Amino acid sequence: MELANIEKLLEKYENAETTIAEENELRTYFLSDHVAPHLKEYQSVFHYFSTSKNERFTKSIQLKSQPRNWRWLTVAASLILLVSVYTGYQKNQQNKAEKIYANTQMALNMLSVNLNKGTNAIEELQEFETTKNKIFKQFK
Amino acid sequence: MKQSEFLNTVIPFKDKVFRLAKRLLVSTEEAEDATQELFFKLWKNREKLGDYKSVEAFAMTMTKNYCFDRLKSKQASNLKLVHSNYKEKDLSLQKKIELNDSISLVERLIENLPEQQKLIIQLRDIEQYEFKEIAEMLQIKQTAIRVSLSRARKTIREQLIKQHNYGIS
Repeated sequence: MELANIEKLLEKYENAETTIAEENELRTYFLSDHVAPHLKEYQSVFHYFSTSKNERFTKSIQLKSQPRNWRWLTVAASLILLVSVYTGYQKNQQNKAEKIYANTQMALNMLSVNLNKGTNAIEELQEFETTKNKIFKQFK
Repeated sequence: MKQSEFLNTVIPFKDKVFRLAKRLLVSTEEAEDATQELFFKLWKNREKLGDYKSVEAFAMTMTKNYCFDRLKSKQASNLKLVHSNYKEKDLSLQKKIELNDSISLVERLIENLPEQQKLIIQLRDIEQYEFKEIAEMLQIKQTAIRVSLSRARKTIREQLIKQHNYGIS
């Protein structure tokens, strides 16, 4: 390959106007051992291009089970958290209700005890009344 | 589509997907994971593959999008260059050593290019796709591709000359 031709191609190459075939020409030129000294910097460029095309994906492609359980794990964890928060809230509500119930029961008990005291006193009065009646009847 | 049929359509470009992923994600392990994930995605969507003109172009588009997403989500964490083993062919040892330095320099220069230019250099100069195919993969116009490519090629050369003059490479 003539040097003048290569230089012309390089200019086209820099302007992104070369075809694949022309780029292959450049590639073979720069991969050869006889590169003009003033074009040395291109040598490493084309070397890099051709060597990096040799890199291979060495692992085998897996199509079935994909190790992505952690994603579901987070979903499950957040669900559990939600449920536990909800049940905890429910429990808390129940406890509150029970406390209130106990309090009202106590209050009602106190009320009834005091009421009973009142009725006892009235019973005593009743007794007094009947005995008084007996006595006053005798004197009539 | 059966598994064997799927693999037959997909295996020919698995290295290209991997290399593109590596170009964008830099680390080999990241690129391997990405490739694995992408083929799994393709397999899950195997019924729709018939609708595409070129499964390969579609896969490359997917790779690009997937890697950009990965990069966005990984912005905080560090991605490192993991390995770089180059295989040279018929060069004497002395030349090999000289070249090796400047070759890894080229890799670093490409790494420093903007994402779009990196992509285009990878697709054109390494995988040697036609402009038409690249336009289809990246969904941009051919003229835009040429402009970016020209810019990238010029940057690489300028940087190489600069490094050379400093006597670093």
